Amino acid sequence: MSLTLQEIERLAQLARLQLTPEQALDAQQRLNGFLGLVEQMQAVDTSGVEPLAHPTAVMQAVQLRLRPDVVSEPNQREANQASAPAVEDGLYLVPRVIE
Amino acid sequence: MSAATLDLHQMGVAELGAALHARQTSATEVAQHLLARAHAHSGLGAYLALNEAATLAQAAAADARLSAGERGPLLGVPLAHKDVFVTRDFPTTAGSKMLQGYRSPFDATVVQRLAAAGAVSLGKLNCDEFAMGSGNDQSAYGPAHNPWDRTRVPGGSSGGSAVAVAARLAPAATGTDTGGSIRQPASFCGVTGIKPTYGRCSRYGLVAYASSLDQAGPMARSAHDCALLLSAMAGPDVERDSTSLEQPPEDYSRYLAQQWPGASASRPLQGLRIGLPREFFGPGCASDVLQAVRAALSELERLGATLLDIDLPRTELAIPAYYIIAPAEASSNLSRYDGVRYGHRAAQPSDLLDLYQRSRSEAFGPEVQRRILLGTYVLSHGYYDAYYIKAQQIRRLIAQDFQTAFGQCDLIAGPVAPSVAWAIGAKTADPLAAYLADIYTLPASLAGLPGMSVPAGFGADPLPVGLQLIGNYLSEARLLQVAHQLQLVSDWHTRTPPPFTPCPGSHS
Amino acid sequence: MSAPLVQGYEVVIGFETHAQLATRSKIFSRAPTAFGAEPNTQACAVDLALPGTLPVMNREAVACAIRFGLAVGAHIAPRSVFARKNYFYPDLPKGYQISQYEIPAVQGGSVAFELAGAARTVRLVRAHLEEDAGKSLHQDFHGMSGIDLNRAGTPLLEIVTEPDLRSSAEAVAYAKALHQLVTWIGICDGNMQEGSFRCDANVSVRRPGAPLGTRREIKNLNSFKFMQQAIDYEVRWQIERLQDGYAIEQATVLFDPDSGQTRAMRSKEDAADYRYFPCPDLPPLCIEAQWVEQLRVELPELPRAMAARFVADYGLPEYDAATLTQSPQMAAYFEAVVTAAGKALAKSASNWIMGEVSRRLNAEERDIAQAPVSAAQLAALLTRIGDQTVSNNAAKQVFDELWSNPVVTGSGSATESGHDTAVGTGDLARVDQVIAAKGLKQMNDSGALQAIAEQVLATNVKNVAEYRAGKEKAFNALVGQVMKASQGKADPAGVNALLKQLLGT
Repeated sequence: MSLTLQEIERLAQLARLQLTPEQALDAQQRLNGFLGLVEQMQAVDTSGVEPLAHPTAVMQAVQLRLRPDVVSEPNQREANQASAPAVEDGLYLVPRVIE
Repeated sequence: MSAATLDLHQMGVAELGAALHARQTSATEVAQHLLARAHAHSGLGAYLALNEAATLAQAAAADARLSAGERGPLLGVPLAHKDVFVTRDFPTTAGSKMLQGYRSPFDATVVQRLAAAGAVSLGKLNCDEFAMGSGNDQSAYGPAHNPWDRTRVPGGSSGGSAVAVAARLAPAATGTDTGGSIRQPASFCGVTGIKPTYGRCSRYGLVAYASSLDQAGPMARSAHDCALLLSAMAGPDVERDSTSLEQPPEDYSRYLAQQWPGASASRPLQGLRIGLPREFFGPGCASDVLQAVRAALSELERLGATLLDIDLPRTELAIPAYYIIAPAEASSNLSRYDGVRYGHRAAQPSDLLDLYQRSRSEAFGPEVQRRILLGTYVLSHGYYDAYYIKAQQIRRLIAQDFQTAFGQCDLIAGPVAPSVAWAIGAKTADPLAAYLADIYTLPASLAGLPGMSVPAGFGADPLPVGLQLIGNYLSEARLLQVAHQLQLVSDWHTRTPPPFTPCPGSHS
Repeated sequence: MSAPLVQGYEVVIGFETHAQLATRSKIFSRAPTAFGAEPNTQACAVDLALPGTLPVMNREAVACAIRFGLAVGAHIAPRSVFARKNYFYPDLPKGYQISQYEIPAVQGGSVAFELAGAARTVRLVRAHLEEDAGKSLHQDFHGMSGIDLNRAGTPLLEIVTEPDLRSSAEAVAYAKALHQLVTWIGICDGNMQEGSFRCDANVSVRRPGAPLGTRREIKNLNSFKFMQQAIDYEVRWQIERLQDGYAIEQATVLFDPDSGQTRAMRSKEDAADYRYFPCPDLPPLCIEAQWVEQLRVELPELPRAMAARFVADYGLPEYDAATLTQSPQMAAYFEAVVTAAGKALAKSASNWIMGEVSRRLNAEERDIAQAPVSAAQLAALLTRIGDQTVSNNAAKQVFDELWSNPVVTGSGSATESGHDTAVGTGDLARVDQVIAAKGLKQMNDSGALQAIAEQVLATNVKNVAEYRAGKEKAFNALVGQVMKASQGKADPAGVNALLKQLLGT
């Protein structure tokens, strides 16, 4: 299983990364190198094995805790926006969003 | 300057706690002393951020509590935080340009808990960018240097934490471990570190790398010190972390002074069965490492432990499984860094796409970008089942292997890493080699099991070697007990890196 | 039951509705959900996706999903999973939306409604929980857009139908029935102007018997008025394209109310690969049977069942029953009136509520909870009409007075839950007081009436003669005279009968 440069470019687009041709080539080589490792994993028979998403599920039943519907977050706009790159009238500014 | 001042940085957490209690020193005095050391040894690249005013304010508050008669093992004790824990008093960068100057409006739960116990924050510690790396050579702010040999990596991603502790810049530090990032730098720098059971410490306020793997843990110069820290750090955070375990907080030092159940004082570990995975002792591990590990194991045998061979047959599969799951989760966790609400924003973006692409490409380092691409790939349509689901299935098999093994033994032991610390820059050309070197730490990460690194002597050069101890879920207190027993009969954990060996009259 | 074809094409519509759940706090954070706050004052660290933040699930949002599932007869999944839907957009702080993908909380179910008198059922595929995104404000900030994340994290229930709808009229009827249902059971405030109930329609056309055509999705249909118009336009547009020889390409479209047209949105980059995977920050949601049972017991009687009961128990026409069950508050008001005044007055109660009460509420832009005349008071008035104390016409004047000058009679407010005992003496007393004050008491004394009637006949000889000659109008004049002489207090029907009797006709 081997990635083409086109696929690398598609992945970069999906991830909103901009790669130079050198970076794309480098990424392709490294990813393909890694995917070579993955082949031994594919060869293992895992039929009937339930994926383990939450590791401690092996130890005890894991289920989502539910909290009461209570408001307890006060308005902290100023503190939250202290590190904002571009804010006006409390709104985060971004290049024009066109639908 | 009092005689005590010369030794302040040589003192561990327990010692400092006692000295503070006995009013032999003050939190302010200790903090000032260590801040001076931080400045003096900035060349090690341990610290990313200091804030003297904040540190001294915390110290003053701790001194007030001490004066009021309050007692606690961490009250007034200084420590530093890996820069993936968000803090109000210090910027948080996660080792990345993406968060340069970022100031969190809240503290991580782990930071809060330590502060509540009276610990004083000295600053933020260097790490691989977004915790992705095993040499602290992927930090956007420059590498951290191994105090034993500055040309070597300290390990990663909690490199700065290991350096600070080994170089006596702080008696303890917080780290995080996703694939070995506490254990491996602890091993490379000759300090003690523990990654608890997944979910034992809250992840709220921990800049997320891989959500189902990330765990906070302490690094210090002894198991005892680690136990004191872990007791404050661990515990449920039901309000803010849905993956946090509900088991109540524990006193992790409760077994330290005890023998293994059923053992005698002369052979305090009698009855303890230590499993040695064949896969951890194979040709892939450097002989000097194995030698040191075996020497440490012999000590444990002398204390009464029984060593037996076990199998963890899918050890090698941990590498592809981890490097599919972690990047997958990371690729999603790092999507929030888009230049909109915080973090780096490219100058004069021409449109939204340009904003995203340039902000992210300018500010994420190469390894982070690689892992994002890999993660995006394994989650993408058509590949999800073959990669992500498959990896999670392998993960379950690995977890099951451990359960089978724990049917035969109480603890599992082996090396932490296949070699001692490598030279800075040696592995950057081939990150795949770095991935392969994670082989012994990844399995416990995937299974969510607690794991420790305990100083076990030295390999070539001579550079530190760590003994890894892996326990079953929630067995941290037992791991710490065994490590402590080892540390009672050995002195590897007390050794100081030559440049930092105390000489009479010097402050180094 | 087939719908009419459009130019020979069958219309196939599937609906997706996002209903904002009426919880106090957000689905994954404890920030408030109230509408209309200053920008970003209701977006906490979790909503802003600040580094290190994590989601914690709101129990009430889950309860709302369960209630919905019960109301539509769906299967409530005992175990469901939250998944991340990954994409980049400024109103999506985490760069992913936490939603449900492979295993939703609610599976199947159906919604019944009427269209042109015929019963229809739409099957639901699923309903799942997810979080809402923020909003982009397109006012120009030096060429930039402003992002408000107050809405980010508001709980949504996404309700998806099978493509069972066959006309725009059907689609609107379904949407209205769904709207009524979610507001009735109290999980959604239904305020479409505030974005609480947002519909997307997936529309395609095909020749009858042919496989499904390619669908285009009309997004953000937020008023019933424009819903039908938008779908009709889209259908015509697709048919024209096909007839011109073009294939329909999958697209997302927006309806422009000003032009009346649908238009494809700027293409959203990659035919999106959302890379769904289970959210590692949230363990699976487990819903126990016990909880479902408890919520089932608490679920109110649903509108269609209640309407059917009104027809069966109170003999109301279906139209009345449907109108009265538009809201649970209206229905409760009606039942309270009937319980107090008696079943015999049910139709009268219905008439008065659909008529006088509704007219005033609409004019004053109030809802039934704010009606100044309580159910008990209305019941008292109806009782006095029933026992002939006051005529229906005169009663309107009484009602005016009760409405304009409300006096609390201690029998409780209009919203007091239905089933009071018989009309309170306080209410009757108030009604009687108004009747007396306005001198509206109907004359039921036959002796006095006869005297008046005889007097009128005696003094209106001309009209009598004309009537006997066959002129009906003359009779009405005589009735009018008697009514006038009785100062409106006579019962017109009774006067009619009496005059005819006296005239021997």
